[in-house]
Amino acid sequence: MPEPFLLKYIHEPDQGDLDAYVSRGGYEGLRRALAMRPEEVVDEVERSGLRGRGGAGFGTGRKWKFLPRDPAVTKYVVVNADEGEPGTFKDRTLMEGDPHRLIEGIVIAGYAVDAHQAFIYLRREFHRARAVLERAIAQAYERGYLGRDILGSGYHLDLVLATGAGAYIAGEETALLESLEGRRAMPRLKPPFYPAVKGLYMQPTALNNVETLCHVAWILARGEAWYREQGPPILFSVSGHVQRPGVYELPLGTSIRQVIEAAGGLRPGRAFKACFPGGTSSAILPAAYLDTPMDYDLAKLDVYGAMLGSAALIVMDDTACMVEVVARTVEFYRDESCGKCTPCREGTVWLSQVLDRILHGKGRPEDLELLDGIARGMTGTCFCPLGESVPPAIYSSLRFFRHEYDHHVRTGHCDVKTAVQV
Amino acid sequence: MRLSDAARSAIVRLAGQFPQPRSALLGALFVAQEEAGALHPEVVAEVAALLGLPASEAAAVASFYHLYRFRPEGRHLIQVCTNVSCLLNGCRAVLDDLRRRLGIQVGETTPDGRFTLKTAECLAACEAAPVVMVGPDRHGPLRPEQIGEILERYA
Repeated sequence: MPEPFLLKYIHEPDQGDLDAYVSRGGYEGLRRALAMRPEEVVDEVERSGLRGRGGAGFGTGRKWKFLPRDPAVTKYVVVNADEGEPGTFKDRTLMEGDPHRLIEGIVIAGYAVDAHQAFIYLRREFHRARAVLERAIAQAYERGYLGRDILGSGYHLDLVLATGAGAYIAGEETALLESLEGRRAMPRLKPPFYPAVKGLYMQPTALNNVETLCHVAWILARGEAWYREQGPPILFSVSGHVQRPGVYELPLGTSIRQVIEAAGGLRPGRAFKACFPGGTSSAILPAAYLDTPMDYDLAKLDVYGAMLGSAALIVMDDTACMVEVVARTVEFYRDESCGKCTPCREGTVWLSQVLDRILHGKGRPEDLELLDGIARGMTGTCFCPLGESVPPAIYSSLRFFRHEYDHHVRTGHCDVKTAVQV
Repeated sequence: MRLSDAARSAIVRLAGQFPQPRSALLGALFVAQEEAGALHPEVVAEVAALLGLPASEAAAVASFYHLYRFRPEGRHLIQVCTNVSCLLNGCRAVLDDLRRRLGIQVGETTPDGRFTLKTAECLAACEAAPVVMVGPDRHGPLRPEQIGEILERYA
């Protein structure tokens, strides 16, 4: 298995110090990029096979190619640092531990797409990441990695650290742009307005996730051939009932079982019950899927809504009540729904009410069909991916853990909590 | 209540970072909130005027986001994450313990004005579940027996 590199320096005591970063070969990728033509940089990223790590998995090089080349058109780079899906924490880890890697990736992206202004949209809750990034950005300006005439190349880029204010929907790329423009974070209709064509201030915008840009810095530093030999690597955020929750760098395609093993396995004496392979917006998979590879093909499983997403594996052992987990998940989307479209705004509230009464011993036998029906009403009808994130948990839990719902409805009690003393 | 000159110039500085000053609105509201303790209507109107916006626009934006407050809160905000990873790792016990120790419910402030207790959606720190933030500091994985000692650090 290749050596992890994305996480290589995140535990160093000199986290975020520019001298330490440069002494380990930092900003060499930027030097190399600046010696190339911008189109060559885009090609190199495309050939590396890098796919965006925000959840959608679109080819990064291809995305950049959608931006017009016309020098008369103002273009922007926007970094999505609004990580907030339950189960994800890798972007925060990267920003806190290796901030110059992100800055290097941003400057390379800016050069590649011919932008002179970049913004990091950072979650307000990330106080530590903010402090680390503020210092790193100031250092980068001082030493000529940002600002005018970067490393004597004639290229200039300004980087501004912008803030979120607590809204999960702002992680959706068009809602993020609205928020960055000083509005409510409500998604825009796409198509026709993809950010690459009409993004920030309706100008072409390269909008990338934090992890994606860290990969870009490594790709330019070591070359796309080296990068392809590495796996490609991906950062898994592993949490829930594992012994060592944390961020793990493993090749794409590592099985769910192996990822759990990397995180120390289950707690002693406990059996695996289920997992969300790609954060709470993905389907819940039972033990039968433990040997499934964690890659983009997850979406091809026979389970609706199974996906890699941002690779946030949440593990549940036999002490977890599925009705409770699903109810909590739906509650999250209910509270975070922006309210713009009816299926999401109404559907999440309705689902939440039904799940709540089942959970509190007041469920009715017809509630199971009702849950399924509401989920069907939301599927394919929501304005943006937030609402579409809800049905997978409903469908998959009804399919694999129907007996738990039945037991709740029939007896008014939870069979898990009675069977296991937690 | 009016914003101080320092806060006003901080907002103008923020606005200067963006091609369109309105982009500074979220950050500017935090500057105002920090100074005034909460986003009172007159403070929101002042922020809006500095950015060339109608007050109603700024208020509509502020009301959308979770981290703005419209009434003063305690000196330290305690946010207990209650989402799935924290739920699986015992956030309920932590929250119950905090309620008991502080003698308040979620959303309330202690009578001495020291702490406000809130629940949070994912704090993106699931490796430290159950996780609690006190002001800007992250604490976790937290066991209920550690809570007393942590609270003592915040005067």
